[in-house]
Amino acid sequence: MSQLLSTHGLKAWYGDFQALFGIDFEIRPQEIVAIIGANGAGKSTFLKAITGVLSADAESVRFKGQPIGGRRPHRVVADGIAMVPEGRRLFPSLSVEENLRMGAYTKRPGPWTLEKIYGLFPVLKEKRKAPGTALSGGQQQMVAIGRALMSNPELLICDEISLGLAPAVIKEIYVALAEIARNGLTAIVVEQDVYTAQRVSQRLYCFQEGRVSLRGNSSDLTHEQISHAYFGV
Amino acid sequence: MTVWIDAIIQGVLVGGLYALFAMGLSLMFGIMRLVNVAHGDVVILMSFIGLMAVEKLGLQPFTAMAVVVPVALCIGYALQRGILNFTISKDPLPSLIVTFGISIVIQNLLLEFFSADTRAINSGGLESQSIAISDNLAAGVLPLIVFGSAVLLTIGLQWLFGNTSMGRAFRATSDDHGAAALMGINNAHIYALATAIAIGILGIAGIFHGMRTTFAPTDGPAQLIYAFEAVIIGGLGSFWGTLAGGVLLGIAQSIGARLDPGWGVLVGHVMFVAVLLFKPNGFFPKTR
Repeated sequence: MSQLLSTHGLKAWYGDFQALFGIDFEIRPQEIVAIIGANGAGKSTFLKAITGVLSADAESVRFKGQPIGGRRPHRVVADGIAMVPEGRRLFPSLSVEENLRMGAYTKRPGPWTLEKIYGLFPVLKEKRKAPGTALSGGQQQMVAIGRALMSNPELLICDEISLGLAPAVIKEIYVALAEIARNGLTAIVVEQDVYTAQRVSQRLYCFQEGRVSLRGNSSDLTHEQISHAYFGV
Repeated sequence: MTVWIDAIIQGVLVGGLYALFAMGLSLMFGIMRLVNVAHGDVVILMSFIGLMAVEKLGLQPFTAMAVVVPVALCIGYALQRGILNFTISKDPLPSLIVTFGISIVIQNLLLEFFSADTRAINSGGLESQSIAISDNLAAGVLPLIVFGSAVLLTIGLQWLFGNTSMGRAFRATSDDHGAAALMGINNAHIYALATAIAIGILGIAGIFHGMRTTFAPTDGPAQLIYAFEAVIIGGLGSFWGTLAGGVLLGIAQSIGARLDPGWGVLVGHVMFVAVLLFKPNGFFPKTR
């Protein structure tokens, strides 16, 4: 059992509209895998199917050897998969610290505590009483990442964490992510920015129209291969 | 002059009861955007359950609360988990229709079991005791107890929401139930806990209502209106606002009744309409 999470012919639908056409995917422990693809390629749908927001066949998603497809989202978190959702989705009526505490709702044991999160993102400690949504975009993203880490996940999923942020802030966020990864984190990173995706990950999947159009070691893939898989031309 | 001070005091005190009716309504709407049309009927249902506890089990009314409140909590949890969770969606209509149906069911079940007779819970003379404030002013002991309970419950709920893990989960689910599920919150369970608390409060409110005044199986909708008005006047999202809304409604009714004995309820409604017209978010809305 070398994979932490794998999908086998994963299909997903929005009502009658099929969005995923049999995705085979795997991630091993301590690996960072990037998923790239154009808008509508099925990246977010794939994450929704893994985290139980969309229904899926039980056997089509396996986590630590267990079939978890279609398991309800709150159970998937308790199993050890945490999500940094697209657009951050902080709780506006909760303070920064309360947002972080929400991440620990499942009380999963593990290394991450409030202090550790503040150590990783010191600026959050200064702003811990502020409403989560009163922060800058980059700081909000730190809260969203910290909140996901507070559940002590075995697998962290980051959905478009660079979206709408300044390049300097993106760099800062990914430096933090690299620091987390050094402690042995497994992560799926969904990115629109191909260059960033290639740089932060060991392996890379490119999605196109609900299918995997390219997979390989991030450092081995050429720009021609990626642009062909990305745009289909 | 004393007449008007007395009117305000009595209004404030009856406002405490309206606040007790309104808190659960505000809580359920705040967390689930669910308007419980059967809320007033549940008040009356709890009055009848309280009556049974007093008459059949021979309990004192306040001891009866210790029995009725746990029953109410269970009814609330089961009601949400078994029925209302299936009506929650972006569309408010299914929950309105279903709770309207529940309202009719409760009224008819109560008529079936208890007939249309008007009943009252015997409070052992407590309803006629009062404390003199000055020569011409007095406040009833029972209304004072009711008002004190409303204040204590407001403090308790405010503390629960602000300082506990459950309270954070309530607020987070209210903000974004999808993101809350990603934190490991089982929405179905959180919603059921919210309704359990809402109906649990009615366990207290129903018995107070039955001690203060007489009640009959079809009295529910009138209590619902008062609860609604208190919530809207106070503004959504704050329990202190709901308490203030109940008090303002009580004062308006009490002053109206002094102007003309038939105007009490009417003046309350008129003030409610005025608030809707000029301050549609209520006096104490929670601002984000």
